[in-house]
Amino acid sequence: MSLHIAFDGIVKEFGAVRVLHGVGFDLHPGRVYGLLGENGAGKSTLMKILAGYHAPTAGTLLIDGQPARFRNSRDAETRGIVLIHQELNLADDLTVTQNMFLGHELRRGWLLDERRMRERAAEALRQVGFEGDPDTKVRDLIVAEKQLVEIAKAQLRNARLLIMDEPTASLTPSECERLFGLIGRLRRDGVTIVYISHKLDEVERITDEVIVMRDGRFITRAPTAGTPRARMATLMVGRDLTDMFPEKRDPPPAGRPLLAVRGVTVPGWAEDVGFDLRPGEILGFAGLVGAGRTELFEGILGLRPRSAGTIEIDGRPVRLRSPREAMRNGLTYLSEDRKGKGLHVRMGLRDNLTLMTLRHHAQPLLSPASEEKALEHAVAAFGIRGDPRGVAASLSGGNQQKLAIAKFLEPDPRVFVLDEPTRGVDVGAKRDIYFLIARLAAEGRGVVVISSELIELIGLCHRVIVMRGRRVTATVPAERLSEEELIAHAIGTHTRP
Amino acid sequence: MPSAPTPVPDAPVPEARNGGAAPAKGAGRSAAGRFDPHRFGPVIGLILLLVVGTALNPDFATWDNLMNVLTRTAFIGIISIGMCFVIISGGIDLSVGSMAALIAGAMILAMNALQPLLASPVAVVGLGMLFALLLGGGFGLAHGLLITRGRIEPFIVTLGTLGIFRAVLTWLADGGAITLDGDLSDAYGPVYYGSLLGVPVPVWIFLLVALAGALLLNRTAFGRYVQAIGSNEQVARFAAVEVDRVKVLTYGLLGVCVGIATLLYVPRLGSASPTTGILWELEAIAAVIVGGTSFKGGEGRVAGTVVGAVLLSVISNILNLTSIISVYLNAAVQGCVIIAVAFLQRRRP
Repeated sequence: MSLHIAFDGIVKEFGAVRVLHGVGFDLHPGRVYGLLGENGAGKSTLMKILAGYHAPTAGTLLIDGQPARFRNSRDAETRGIVLIHQELNLADDLTVTQNMFLGHELRRGWLLDERRMRERAAEALRQVGFEGDPDTKVRDLIVAEKQLVEIAKAQLRNARLLIMDEPTASLTPSECERLFGLIGRLRRDGVTIVYISHKLDEVERITDEVIVMRDGRFITRAPTAGTPRARMATLMVGRDLTDMFPEKRDPPPAGRPLLAVRGVTVPGWAEDVGFDLRPGEILGFAGLVGAGRTELFEGILGLRPRSAGTIEIDGRPVRLRSPREAMRNGLTYLSEDRKGKGLHVRMGLRDNLTLMTLRHHAQPLLSPASEEKALEHAVAAFGIRGDPRGVAASLSGGNQQKLAIAKFLEPDPRVFVLDEPTRGVDVGAKRDIYFLIARLAAEGRGVVVISSELIELIGLCHRVIVMRGRRVTATVPAERLSEEELIAHAIGTHTRP
Repeated sequence: MPSAPTPVPDAPVPEARNGGAAPAKGAGRSAAGRFDPHRFGPVIGLILLLVVGTALNPDFATWDNLMNVLTRTAFIGIISIGMCFVIISGGIDLSVGSMAALIAGAMILAMNALQPLLASPVAVVGLGMLFALLLGGGFGLAHGLLITRGRIEPFIVTLGTLGIFRAVLTWLADGGAITLDGDLSDAYGPVYYGSLLGVPVPVWIFLLVALAGALLLNRTAFGRYVQAIGSNEQVARFAAVEVDRVKVLTYGLLGVCVGIATLLYVPRLGSASPTTGILWELEAIAAVIVGGTSFKGGEGRVAGTVVGAVLLSVISNILNLTSIISVYLNAAVQGCVIIAVAFLQRRRP
């Protein structure tokens, strides 16, 4: 059974806000489509309409030429359309099998037919290459495995069109490879894939055709083969993006390090890690997910126990037992988990911005005027666009990230650690953030960038430290930075030339 | 015991920000300025009740009756202001009724014991009141430490102390009542029965606690931290907020509020018994929720809590004054109000 989808003049309004302005294009069966657009372009909303999560305000969704109106995602599922959410939608406390049959349990009379469900789950899991036990609780799976479970679950429902929203956001390169292999197999079986990703190299690699949306409108479509990455980026932002990265300044001369870490061990996550960070330097941290980069810095911050090691800031040994002590010593850390650890998404912009430095605004009662001034300053300095009276959640991903960066810079740290600074951020905002990072270094701060995007590390950093399996395996200077070099150190295949 | 909580940050450090500030954009209408049913629902409900009460019984809208209602509200109201902080921070305290009973019993025993040693009954009463505050603060800090350092759920910790506090009181009272000596009762009486400018003392104290609470919540770093922790504890932790310290302080603050409520309550009857303060915890929690504070934490209002507490006692007052609904059904009517309020304030999914 094939599935031909056509959007015809789809309009979607949330309250007074129109997010889709009459979108129209069609999707042919058995092809892999890359759906491109900055955050806020309307990709996710359109896909949620396709998958039955939203109803269009106006316009028609045609399936095989017939108008379709889904009341909910189950309706869409029965037509073979499944959306795999960015933050995977599985119940942590249920087993893999229970999750796969959730809401579609097989019964024998009044009782659940556990045996048949388990068999069918195992079969579907085998097809997607899941090697674990179907009786494992989802809580105990890694992200890549959860993703396979989601895909197997969709297969169980006989999915003919799979929508994947940023599926590789937390996958390692080898897990990505496996996913791409699976996507190829599904495509050969005639399944249509809509692939939403900010990673243009992936889009270039696995899609047949790209569809570009901007500001709630369909812009263009083109075969992937004839569309270079630079062109994709230009189409998405609607302007030429020849220079994503600022010109690299010369690495600062060797001298007294601003931050010196020696022999730090965070049990279970990082062992005997040492490095120096000089004033004005941008130091990258590369490695696979799980290599211990994030946990190392959470350990340095005192959020995880350290069993060994010393930390010096400006040549002075410091005891860091909490983020507050780190802040007092001039070090702040912006987490990769923006919504879970970076920003209070339900609180206002102002409250988010000043949370770390409330003492500066207390006389001794808090002065709203003083906080307001700080916000105005940050909005101007960081180019935060959005309603300054709204809550943080009302901002687009890129603007949320700018707000988060502004928040962690409020204490005026000399050492600033950014973990995945451009995750879930559109191309335009990425560029702004890169230039900002360069500016921070030029001001004489030490900046640490932890990132899974190698291009970013190569384009930005003076040196990159690679971690693998809890240890530092290499420190690569700017002149030797290349994707191959970093990957080789990260997966352990590097041999000395 | 840690030193007295000083949530207000130490010295003002005005930060000179040079240049770049964009001109203020129509700073007039903030999000708080728009009509928000969560904010005004309780006030509208209270006004409706006042209208209904006045229509049903001419005695309702008299100064005496209103002061009577407010005086009775004061105990629960003061406790619910402390409870408001705990709930906003994402916690809960089920023990406040038992805690009030134990503080009442303990302070009466302490005053009776002090009486032969001190000449002045007023001094004895003063020391007794101080003892109540310290005891409440101490109980609260103990809760906070068990919850943060001990990493036990607040529901469990305070469920445990709910039983402990009341059992200890019952044991101290040997199953009966602990009664304040006559001379002391006379000296203590004005704290409950006295009035200033026609307004009873407990109402003044209630007002002061409410004002202090509102100031603390909305205009101090401590208050902002409480909201930040309730909104998302992890984010607060990463933003260098001393989460454990703030949480301990919210429970300590609630304990002090229970102490204040108790020292106002004791002179009313001059005794404490195993039934003192029964169900106060639920009334206090109900007042907070009716006042529009989210049970999940993160956001809440002191003014709303005050309105919630008053609203609940106005209901029982109206039932007392009229005969449409039996006064025995008081708790049922309050229960309906709580559920109705929660229904009206539920978030859209």
